[in-house]
Amino acid sequence: MPVGTPRQKHLVLILAREFASNLATPTLIADDRGWLIYYNEAAEAVFGRSFAEVGEMPQEEWTARFEPRTLDSEPLPLERRPTGIALHERRAAHERFLITSVDGVEREVAVTAFPLFAHTDEFVGIVTIFWRE
Amino acid sequence: MRLTIWGCRGSVPTPGPDTFRYGGNTSCVEVSLDDGTTLVLDAGTGIRRLGFDLLDRGARRVHLLLTHLHLDHLEGLRFFAPLWDEQVTLDIWGPPSPLLSLRERISRSFSPPLFPIDLREVPAQVTFHDVPRQPWTVGGARLLADLVAHPGPTVGFRIETTTSSFGYLPDHEPALAGTIADRSRDWISGGAIAGDVDILLHDAQYFEDEYEERIGWGHSSVADAVAFAGAVGARRLLLFHHEPRHTDGLLESLEARARSLAGRNEDWPALAREGMVVELP
Repeated sequence: MPVGTPRQKHLVLILAREFASNLATPTLIADDRGWLIYYNEAAEAVFGRSFAEVGEMPQEEWTARFEPRTLDSEPLPLERRPTGIALHERRAAHERFLITSVDGVEREVAVTAFPLFAHTDEFVGIVTIFWRE
Repeated sequence: MRLTIWGCRGSVPTPGPDTFRYGGNTSCVEVSLDDGTTLVLDAGTGIRRLGFDLLDRGARRVHLLLTHLHLDHLEGLRFFAPLWDEQVTLDIWGPPSPLLSLRERISRSFSPPLFPIDLREVPAQVTFHDVPRQPWTVGGARLLADLVAHPGPTVGFRIETTTSSFGYLPDHEPALAGTIADRSRDWISGGAIAGDVDILLHDAQYFEDEYEERIGWGHSSVADAVAFAGAVGARRLLLFHHEPRHTDGLLESLEARARSLAGRNEDWPALAREGMVVELP
């Protein structure tokens, strides 16, 4: 293909984005590198900025801004966060933890993350869902 | 590169006086490269006549690229004359499936009660290939296959030489993945297949009101086909996969609608028709 022609994102990610864009639940999508490539309008309410303002970036870099920590207020390392588990261990994970949202208020959230496989050997990304309670 | 359309009807063959001008055979497009390589896109009923023509021309090696295995893209394969010639080498490329190999899936149509002869018994030297995830080369062309929005594993193909490019998306519903015009090309199903191509063959099965009743069936309205071509920068659009119920007259109305939507005072977009030949530099 001509130099500079961007490849299409994997169809699974394109369809996941469309699915997420129609949800009222805050939902993030990252690609197989762990880069945040989309979050929906419901997530904008949590993060305080639209995805268009943020742009693509490593998802952990983005989520670290919200200082995720355990319910005992201990730092929650990447490998224990649902996102890290889904990305690196490629399995579904769910966790309740604390974040500091854009308004500076500490909030308890429940997060579910799961991997997306187009084929059994083709990992294409992850979906992360924030359950506001 | 020369394109010859042997079948452009969607879903089911529609021979008869009402479809005479644009043809009733299902999807099949021949791509002839300058180095003599023959690529065949899909094995709808149009491939039957092509097969005889290829043997008359002495073809001994053919690459068949299948976008997917719905019947209207496969039903002609059993009657493709080169398959029944032991001197022919046939490479069949198609989308991978999570469950069965390409050969296993195609074998179903070569078995009772659908067909009396098993695929193992065909005389040609047949090799099956899952399409690679990265671009690859056949003869003098670079090929790209990407999964696209259509029910079941389905790919589109981009074929490119040093001087021209062609995108083939016969069964495609990009609007199912969101509003086409609002998205960057990498977020559009088929965006890399059709980006800046010299000519695009794209699904335009329905008028807009017909599409509203068939969302999710895997096909596009004429408006979405035009929007898609514009969003990805395709230079010329050939409307493909004609709705079986559309007579020649209705198809010409659809073409007029496409030109109105495209806002162009020229001969594009145009309807694909059987026997059409498009020469690319």
